[in-house]
Amino acid sequence: MREHDIVVVGGGPAGLAAAIAAYDSGVTDVVVLDRESSVGGILRQCIHNGFGLHKLGRELTGPEYADVYRCEVEKRGIRVYCETTVTGVTADRVVTAQNKEGVLKIKAGAVVLAMGCRERSRGALNISGTRPAGVYSAGTAQKFINCEGYMVGKKVVILGSGDIGLIMARRMTFEGAKVEAVCELMPYSGGLTRNIVQCLEDFGIPLYLSTTVAEIHGKERVEGVTIAQVDENRRVIEETKRYIPCDTLLLSCGLIPENELTRGAGIPIDPITSGALVDENRQTEIPGIFACGNVLQVHDLVDYVSDEAEMAGIGAASFVKNGAVSGKTVETKPGNGVRYVLPQRVHTESGKDVSLFLRVTQPFPKVRFTVKSGDVVLATAQRLKAAPGEMEKITVKSEKLQGAQEPITVSLEVL
Amino acid sequence: MNRNLTCIICPRGCSLTVEGEKDNLVVTGNACPKGKQYAIDECTHPTRTVTSIVRVENRVDTMVSVKTAAPIPKENIFDVMEKIRAAKVQAPIVAGTVILSDVYGTEVIATKTVL
Ligand SMILES: Cc1cc2nc3c(=O)[nH]c(=O)nc-3n(C[C@H](O)[C@H](O)[C@H](O)COP(=O)(O)OP(=O)(O)OC[C@H]3O[C@@H](n4cnc5c(N)ncnc54)[C@H](O)[C@@H]3O)c2cc1C
Ligand code: SF4
Repeated sequence: MREHDIVVVGGGPAGLAAAIAAYDSGVTDVVVLDRESSVGGILRQCIHNGFGLHKLGRELTGPEYADVYRCEVEKRGIRVYCETTVTGVTADRVVTAQNKEGVLKIKAGAVVLAMGCRERSRGALNISGTRPAGVYSAGTAQKFINCEGYMVGKKVVILGSGDIGLIMARRMTFEGAKVEAVCELMPYSGGLTRNIVQCLEDFGIPLYLSTTVAEIHGKERVEGVTIAQVDENRRVIEETKRYIPCDTLLLSCGLIPENELTRGAGIPIDPITSGALVDENRQTEIPGIFACGNVLQVHDLVDYVSDEAEMAGIGAASFVKNGAVSGKTVETKPGNGVRYVLPQRVHTESGKDVSLFLRVTQPFPKVRFTVKSGDVVLATAQRLKAAPGEMEKITVKSEKLQGAQEPITVSLEVL
Repeated sequence: MNRNLTCIICPRGCSLTVEGEKDNLVVTGNACPKGKQYAIDECTHPTRTVTSIVRVENRVDTMVSVKTAAPIPKENIFDVMEKIRAAKVQAPIVAGTVILSDVYGTEVIATKTVL
């Protein structure tokens, strides 16, 4: 069996940033495994701009952002194995992978999981009607159009107003298609406001909230869809049913972290994030195995993916050099108005500030977040608005964390 | 003028209000100076960066992604798309290579390397 200090599973932006950070922390025997023919992950198909403003201080397209990290990996001589699919990870850190040369078994000093996520499929959505051609997940359509140059349709309805759906509405419009409508089941969009403005409003594409696709019509190819408004319980309101002719339906209904390997290793998963439970170093409940990027929590900004991956890379390097971090930990918990908090566990005596990442349950106007351990307030933060589509970050100072005994809760109040 | 805008410069997406006359616009709601500039530009001459793809002629099913090196006037988006659609390229292409020059005062450049 081969041995490496750190094995990174997945060469998307998360995997690349984790590998670089681990290397820069002094552990140079790092390898990255990716099943695709080149690294960069989902960014290779995200040809639009809007990446890197926060992290690199300039606005790049997806491929350009990925290239910045690929160059840094190359510069350090970090080995990358493409077309290499990881098929198993064990709790004692044996990574099994498969490529043209056969099966590879690596004993790793530490493992970083960075497998990203996949799109929720139509099967998981249960739309009634026929099953004609012309129904694509938004990400698949994006790959067809941007990587293979194959245009998927001319008259389009999009279900789901997450960022991918919004970006695709503009992309299809650019390519001469008519986007008839974007329907969103919830009473608010899950996408970034800037994407609603520059992808829909710029082109006069209507966004229908509390609306779903109730039925798909067409035998061989999609001929139209029936859209309808839904009530508070997300049940279709019959009287509002309306037929829209179209040849293509794009589904942009959320991403699911790709955690088969994580489960296979017996790593506990948070039912809300669908990613592993981690501490502030992004270590899972199994020592020496770390997770970052979309496999840990679905991110809307790649910049935060890179930040998170650096924490995991540094954590993995430290594990290789010094073993597991010891010391007291407390759990974190979502309170009023907060859907989840990540990391789910923090060391209180590490002497370092800890950033808590969270999402709110619904859109709010001006709010104040309060981070508490029992009755002790550790941090507060105000925001002019908060929405589920935009991840929040609140930093707790090390001196406040020190001595915290009770679980840490983050809650919000509307001001 | 009295216009409400959402700043699209960064993901924070501040809600901006623009009031006043054309050469004396007052912007509020911006968390940083970039937002003020954006609001003034948006009310006087709105611009956008256009991104798309160009087929690589000497490679099977291969596209190279491209963008305008600087934002172009918003009303010219579809014209720029036409020009990009008509463009032809041959590999190898390195990211940053100029694909079309002189497009509304800027260039269309490759954002991906195809060897
Ligand atoms: C359509 C779309 C638009 C977006 N727009 C923006 C935007 O405008 N601005 C912005 O900042 N962010 C945007 N994002 C978000 C950002 O791109 C993602 O958050 C980021 O790419 C996630 O990085 P990742 O490395 O975690 O996952 P990914 O990029 O998905 O990479 C995961 C990698 O792991 C590999 N892998 C998975 N399983 C295995 C296995 N078993 N063995 C080997 N390899 C494996 C995959 O091949 C892939 O290369 C967008 C995302 C999408 C999908
Ligand atoms: S005003 Fe500044 S902080 Fe606010 S969205 Fe625009 S660029 Fe971002």
